[in-house]
Amino acid sequence: MPSMKIICPNGHLGFAPLKKGSFHLGVDANPDFIAADSGSDDIGPVPLGTDTCASPKAWQEHDLEEMLLASRRIGVPMMIGSAGDTGTNSRVDMYVQMIRDIAARHKLPAFKIGWFYSEVGKDKILGKIRAGSPIKGLDAREDLTEEELGATERVVAMAGVHPFLKLLEEGSDVIIGGRSSDSAIFAAAALHKGYPEPQSYYLGKVLECASFCAEPYGAKETVMGEITDDFVEVTAMAPFQRCTVASVAGHAMYERSNPFHEYVAGGLLDMTNCSYDQVADKTTRVTGMDFVPAEEFRVKLEGSGKVGERFVGMAGIRDPYTIAHVDEVIAWARAQTEERFGKDGWELHYNVFGRNGVMGDMEPLKDKPGHELCIVVQGIAPTREMAEEVTMTGTRQLFYARLPDVKGTAGGVSFVLDEVLHASPAYRWTLNHTMSVDDPLELFPTHTAMIG
Amino acid sequence: MNTRKKLADLAKTIRSKNAGTDKITFDIIFREKATYETVKRSGALTPETVCEILNVDRARLTDFVEYDPAFAIKFTILRLRPSGSAGDGDIFGAQQYAPFLDLMIDISN
Repeated sequence: MPSMKIICPNGHLGFAPLKKGSFHLGVDANPDFIAADSGSDDIGPVPLGTDTCASPKAWQEHDLEEMLLASRRIGVPMMIGSAGDTGTNSRVDMYVQMIRDIAARHKLPAFKIGWFYSEVGKDKILGKIRAGSPIKGLDAREDLTEEELGATERVVAMAGVHPFLKLLEEGSDVIIGGRSSDSAIFAAAALHKGYPEPQSYYLGKVLECASFCAEPYGAKETVMGEITDDFVEVTAMAPFQRCTVASVAGHAMYERSNPFHEYVAGGLLDMTNCSYDQVADKTTRVTGMDFVPAEEFRVKLEGSGKVGERFVGMAGIRDPYTIAHVDEVIAWARAQTEERFGKDGWELHYNVFGRNGVMGDMEPLKDKPGHELCIVVQGIAPTREMAEEVTMTGTRQLFYARLPDVKGTAGGVSFVLDEVLHASPAYRWTLNHTMSVDDPLELFPTHTAMIG
Repeated sequence: MNTRKKLADLAKTIRSKNAGTDKITFDIIFREKATYETVKRSGALTPETVCEILNVDRARLTDFVEYDPAFAIKFTILRLRPSGSAGDGDIFGAQQYAPFLDLMIDISN
């Protein structure tokens, strides 16, 4: 069987714009597919909870436009997974509309668009729990309880290759996916063309983050993957980058607990016996990958639940005596908040930058604070009004902390702003679990339409 | 003769990043096999030492791998609370590697 090529211009479409130079070099290399993932759970639980994007619409549209125009010009399918950062239904609809708008603006000839959804209703999950099919926790989490499900705002399921394959089989020229495994987008294209599972899933794994598998470091540059029945090759398109044995092998472990295994819906990509060869200046060949189909079909679920409305305050400290007693300053502000609002029903979080704001208890130098500190205060409560007052109390009372030997008696902290700022509501990841399903397409309804 | 070097002077890459919502993973990657082997032999990076450096219980260390194809040492810890929970100072987990930069490695072995 001849080889097949896929280019990927962006590891998280929308999060920062793709670089056009290397993308056009990739398009000129005559790929069979143009594909990119647009999602991540790195952005925290707020976008999923509030059903918003973490990326500006202009950047999303920029990349979709580049990819759509190229894909229609050279006549190959374009595939996007995890639309709009979270892959919720509204984000899929938004991307489909962007594709329609771009096509109309450029008067593109008619093409077929396919899309699928990934949101899962809480009633469906509840039904599974009550039917005795546990929602199993990942990463040391307990199985999902009805109570924790009740505290959840929204859930998406992580699609594997299945809805992408169905839409390719139906002749889609453009596919917009709901939440999906990064690697599944590319793997589906290869499986659709008849390539074996190990090579197909590895192709997806190596392409998903675009130029993160190349060196020197430089994100948002296009890479090209080429698959045969025996191996996968990956080539950097940017003139300044190369895919080396070190960069490609190094990428296998990026953002994963271990470098050997990649779980997807339906199985496991095993990279334990992979070997890497530099076959050309900018190209590395990978062989020896394996794929182990799962005995039970389980789909990963991501869920986010609201904690409360949130405001943010900030305060600085320069007095060395106050720096040495910063925990007492914070304790004072907490006590004043407690006096006003009682013990429960609100939260205050303090990050003390200049001491251990980034690493918390893991900071080895937390006993050696800098000569000035910045305290970031987050106050959370059920209503916006209460959250504002909790945060204001927790911030302004830092100013009035009663330290016994302080020389500066006109105010204990500095303010950049004598106000607190309205922030996104606080959410938390409530689901990082898996659910058993009978049909791989059960959670991922697909649709198609003609555009133009 | 100085037989100790900082890890930052030996490794090509020292990084940390989320591995899903509940874990942070650390990658220490070397350019040459010899340096990688030297650091492995030094005993400076073991499941015990990395837990000590990060002040975490051994139970929070879920993976520790010496990955020969990439000349890399990789380990993963559980977060106390999921990424992006209020008060999390590093939603991406991308700035947790700093304590390893200055780790002294015995290169005489």
